Amino acid sequence: MALLHISEPGQTSVPHQRRLAVGIDLGTTNSLVATVRSGLAETLADEAGEHLLPSVVRYRKGQGPQVGQSAKEAAPTDPMNTIVSVKRLMGRDLQELRKNEFAAYEYAGEESSVPRICTEGGDVSAVEVSAEILKVLRDRAEASLGGELTGAVITVPAYFDDAQRQATKDAARLAGLHVLRLLNEPTAAAVAYGLDKKSDGVIAIYDLGGGTFDISVLRLKKGVFEVMATAGDSALGGDDMDRAIARWIMAQAGIQDDADHAQLRRLLHEARRVKEMLTDADETSVEITRMDNTVWRGSLTRMQMNELINSLVKKTINPCRRALRDAGLSIDDISEVVMVGGSTRVPMVREKVEAFFNKPPLVDIDPDKVVAVGAAFQADILAGNKPDEAMLLLDVIPLSLGLETMGGLVEKVINRNTTIPVARAQDFTTYKDGQTAMSIHVLQGEREMVQDCRSLARFSLRDIPPMVAGAARIRVTFQVDADGLLSVAAEEQSSGVQSSIEVKPTYGLEDSEVEQMLRDSMDHASEDMVARMLREQQVEADRAMEALTAALQKDGEKYLDDEERAGIDQQMDSLQTVRQQDDIEAIKLAIARLEKTCAGYVERRMNGSIQDAMSGHKIEEFES
Amino acid sequence: MAVTLTDTAADRIKIFLENRGKGVGLRLGVKTSGCSGMAYVIEFVDEINESDQVFEDHGIKVIIDQKSMVYLDGTELDFKRDGLNEGFEFNNPNVKDSCGCGESFTV
Repeated sequence: MALLHISEPGQTSVPHQRRLAVGIDLGTTNSLVATVRSGLAETLADEAGEHLLPSVVRYRKGQGPQVGQSAKEAAPTDPMNTIVSVKRLMGRDLQELRKNEFAAYEYAGEESSVPRICTEGGDVSAVEVSAEILKVLRDRAEASLGGELTGAVITVPAYFDDAQRQATKDAARLAGLHVLRLLNEPTAAAVAYGLDKKSDGVIAIYDLGGGTFDISVLRLKKGVFEVMATAGDSALGGDDMDRAIARWIMAQAGIQDDADHAQLRRLLHEARRVKEMLTDADETSVEITRMDNTVWRGSLTRMQMNELINSLVKKTINPCRRALRDAGLSIDDISEVVMVGGSTRVPMVREKVEAFFNKPPLVDIDPDKVVAVGAAFQADILAGNKPDEAMLLLDVIPLSLGLETMGGLVEKVINRNTTIPVARAQDFTTYKDGQTAMSIHVLQGEREMVQDCRSLARFSLRDIPPMVAGAARIRVTFQVDADGLLSVAAEEQSSGVQSSIEVKPTYGLEDSEVEQMLRDSMDHASEDMVARMLREQQVEADRAMEALTAALQKDGEKYLDDEERAGIDQQMDSLQTVRQQDDIEAIKLAIARLEKTCAGYVERRMNGSIQDAMSGHKIEEFES
Repeated sequence: MAVTLTDTAADRIKIFLENRGKGVGLRLGVKTSGCSGMAYVIEFVDEINESDQVFEDHGIKVIIDQKSMVYLDGTELDFKRDGLNEGFEFNNPNVKDSCGCGESFTV
């Protein structure tokens, strides 16, 4: 039985075509999945009612991977087969991993290949580990929504580079998820608070998680979020607070540093409980069982805890200052501060942040869930469940868009990584005298030649008034809206005739194809350049011969004797021959020779046409 | 001629309406599509049309257009949980046959 949800007015979908979309916060410590139902964005819980899925995967011999809480519990006793914080390994090569203190695993494979972590259950890459986490979230979402997912928006840190973003996308694909979009985590947090609905502003996102701290400064300009600066500390978080409190308990209870694993776990567990209690309470009791089974009881006040964690919280303020400086802003420029990450519940963190930014931070949405909630809003819109005016404008173009010019070359009009929405216009002209139509071929890709790019659409501009070659001014405008929908319009400027077409470039290509095309463009960069130069010379040769043939037909007999005419024909023949071959220099030379041979003819023609123009007029008419 | 809401359905609708922050009530309806002929419509309402009938149940305005009313008379709207899944369900006495998933039906 399908269970239904409330749609926006007029947005009810056809049965069996409901567009189920989720937002996924693929975190270093924990991951979450959220969706919008009946207009309300909520994170989804598992059977046990848990929303947070620990981002931990354990591989054992002869068994499927274990994901989440049970794997997390096994981490201290089975560290080499239990992958924690895999996010820190994404898109990194072996050299980088060897230097990373968080990636102390054994690796297989060559230096150059994708690093694979050796476990009892086989060698796994970071992408595969992430995919296991995503699979669990996908299954949870499909069980909760009662159907297959249309797609997901997955969040990534703002500082993630192309390799890390691509690795995240690959993990999603491996988990059977269609990625609607990768969204920057701070942007997602801002979206969750509806800040994207304001027109302009500068927003600081303070994200203090279990093991990482990030501060991002975003500028919102006409609905587009631009990341102005990021800073942080990749080894600072709530876990450090737990350790500080645990050390205090150890000192109070007289527990020595040689405490065993179980004892340390009990200590950290109690420290965490105490920290959470002191979010609301001013004082709480503390209790710890020593190794000899005696029990120590005490109490901790919030004031005392503040002293214990003071230096940790202070360490977050310097990156805030640095991010502001990098963005070239002062504190007064910040219009909103958004709190993200469970550790921002600690009252002292809020106080320090408020004191630094000189304004109360936004804390209404659960800081553990705020990123997933923002991603869910974005997913809902991208899946097409919202009326058009709710479109969010947050993407860049993955591949350049352009059109075909003479000779099968691609002229790029909008370059890749341009933020959308965007409109760019470029002027083109006619190639032949009296040309009245122009065919416009829209292409996507990074390569120089038409056959190496993806064809998106073709259309024609007709009824161009007849003019000499090069006189018409045809303005071609490319426009990509927030949804990646491209429309191309062509207009002849003097007559106003126009024509246009709409294409969806993002649907033209699979992500894997995009990736392949990008790789190709890099692999073939130099041969593409040569091909382009060759085609340019061939086009130039054609243009020269075309113009000359037309002229000869008109008045060749009038201005040329037989010998001259034979000389020109000979040069034209030889240009025609080299034009078919691929020697760029030879074509250049042949064009130059032809031009030289014709020089006399061209001059006579010019004088002739001036005479024609002046005949029948008095000389005085030209003097004024 | 009437359509009713269960207590759980009414509670959820109130939450959703409040969260949305605008709208006058809830539209229930049918449209001709889907594999078994008819499909349910459940939407927020910003504007009431002339051809709409308006009921009030549990303090919630339930809006149904006249054409849909014939198919929905006597329906009770419930909010159910089924494992992890949850959502609204139409208990419609007029339905003779529905497709396997229950998203569309015939009368």
